[in-house]
Amino acid sequence: MITKKDVEHVALLARLELSEAEKEKFTEQLNAILEYADALKKLDTTNVQPTAHPLPINNVFREDVARPGIANEDALANAPEQEDGFFKVPKIV
Amino acid sequence: MTLHKLTAHEAHELLIKKEVSSVELIQAVLDRIDAVEGRVKAFVSITRDEALAKAKEVDARIKAGEAIGPLAGVPMVLKDNMCTKGIKTTCSSKILHNFVPPYNATVVEKLAAAGAVVVGKANLDEFAMGSSTENSGFFATRNPWNTEAVPGGSSGGSAASVAAGEAIYSLGSDTGGSIRQPASFCGVVGLKPTYGYVSRYGLIAFASSLDQIGPFTKDVRDSAQVMNVIAGHDPKDSTSAPVEVPDFTKFLTGDIKGLKIGIPKEYFVDGMEPGVEAAVKGAIAKLQELGAVVEECSLPHTEYALPVYYLIAPAEASSNLARYDGVRYGYRHEEAEDIISMYKKTRSEGFGAEVKRRIMLGTYALSSGYYDAYYLKALKVRTLIKDDFDKAFEKFDVLLSPTAPSTAFRFGEKADNPIQMYLSDIFTMSVNLAGIPGISIPCGFSNGMPVGLQLMGKAFDEGTLFRVAHAFEQSSDYHQARANL
Repeated sequence: MITKKDVEHVALLARLELSEAEKEKFTEQLNAILEYADALKKLDTTNVQPTAHPLPINNVFREDVARPGIANEDALANAPEQEDGFFKVPKIV
Repeated sequence: MTLHKLTAHEAHELLIKKEVSSVELIQAVLDRIDAVEGRVKAFVSITRDEALAKAKEVDARIKAGEAIGPLAGVPMVLKDNMCTKGIKTTCSSKILHNFVPPYNATVVEKLAAAGAVVVGKANLDEFAMGSSTENSGFFATRNPWNTEAVPGGSSGGSAASVAAGEAIYSLGSDTGGSIRQPASFCGVVGLKPTYGYVSRYGLIAFASSLDQIGPFTKDVRDSAQVMNVIAGHDPKDSTSAPVEVPDFTKFLTGDIKGLKIGIPKEYFVDGMEPGVEAAVKGAIAKLQELGAVVEECSLPHTEYALPVYYLIAPAEASSNLARYDGVRYGYRHEEAEDIISMYKKTRSEGFGAEVKRRIMLGTYALSSGYYDAYYLKALKVRTLIKDDFDKAFEKFDVLLSPTAPSTAFRFGEKADNPIQMYLSDIFTMSVNLAGIPGISIPCGFSNGMPVGLQLMGKAFDEGTLFRVAHAFEQSSDYHQARANL
């Protein structure tokens, strides 16, 4: 059972700021969805390997050779704020 | 001539016979957009000038006697979650409302090289999360067959644009049914290819182990032709499969004698719309008449697909969507004094309710103390679901089911109940979990609305799906029905 306090904790982890109404609603809806998920507990999966990915592809490597990347000005073109070729953000510490 | 009604292969015939020019084709589709878009609302952006410029290039090549490929000069639409260099790409989200990508998605590059003409970017449920386009951060798209009904989702704009004649074909993306369900609702052909067949480079990520790009077309031949262009290995996508791509049109033989079709009994559920069941049973009878061998089969873990999907997809989404922080692109809340509150306010204002709900659910399922019970458990049951398909394909060439349990529902009908909305993808999400291909083709009508038939195939065996879909299509005329707008 998820409580409103759990919702507040998860929201902090996800960097979301929820209104009181959203907290109430998400508490109720997440409980309803997780109740569905509890059906999985019926299944014995002791010797089952997890599938994170449908294809048997692992470790795709290429030669470590430098290649042209995105130009500084193109990388900054969508930035909400920039200065001297850098992304600018509010105070961190 | 009503050029907007053509299929791509019909348009190509007219282009190479010089009976119409590409500019005329594009103009016809743009005129159609002007006439019906106010009622359909399929587009986030219309790229009129770029389209006409590209059409002129193709016309010049034809005039110079150059051979052109089957998609050259033909107008098409991209779902607005595929990056287009210099053209706004929004994911129908406020958080990306002003994002102009500095590069093209691989599918966009491949289409451009094939001479395809992009006339616009189509609306979707925000970040492809939804089944009706009601979750779009901008507006909902309407179903061309009945504008009171949803077009399905999340690729609702891509499906509706083709059904309305606002595009000859389009691309969408499918994470749990987002191509097949809207194709079913809008009466067009929609293919979700095998995971890894079409590059995801430049497709804005929702759930990376499930997402796949595929075409919406008016018939099966067009679907095969679009796949000929977009499929294939891409070094820029590390999950792209290093496999050869056959000429998919070679599979359109019309012959399905002796082919084995399995009908998973779990896909005929209580509460299914009677007209949907009747149309699908009619299609089964037709396929038997054409010589296919049809037998019931079982995919015993089907009932677990919904909970597995709604743990894995949100978990991957919560990780993928962490990048929207107001620093490098997109919306930023301007008044925050420190960085954490800037992140929180940006994300809370930029994301809509369904996206937040899934980020919350995914973050919870991945969080310390719940990872094993939810996320890891879901990955294990995903294996069981995949094993069910492997076992069924030892005996059958394809599996057949309805694409969705109902035809297009009304606006608002499911908007307040996430689980009811999620259930509209109940027949499609297992295919994404198993990584196999699925196609939805029109197979009749229920209360005047189109019904979709889903065929599911072995990994990288789209050819057999096309073969069966084409044989059925050629024996019916459902694919020729057009919405009356």
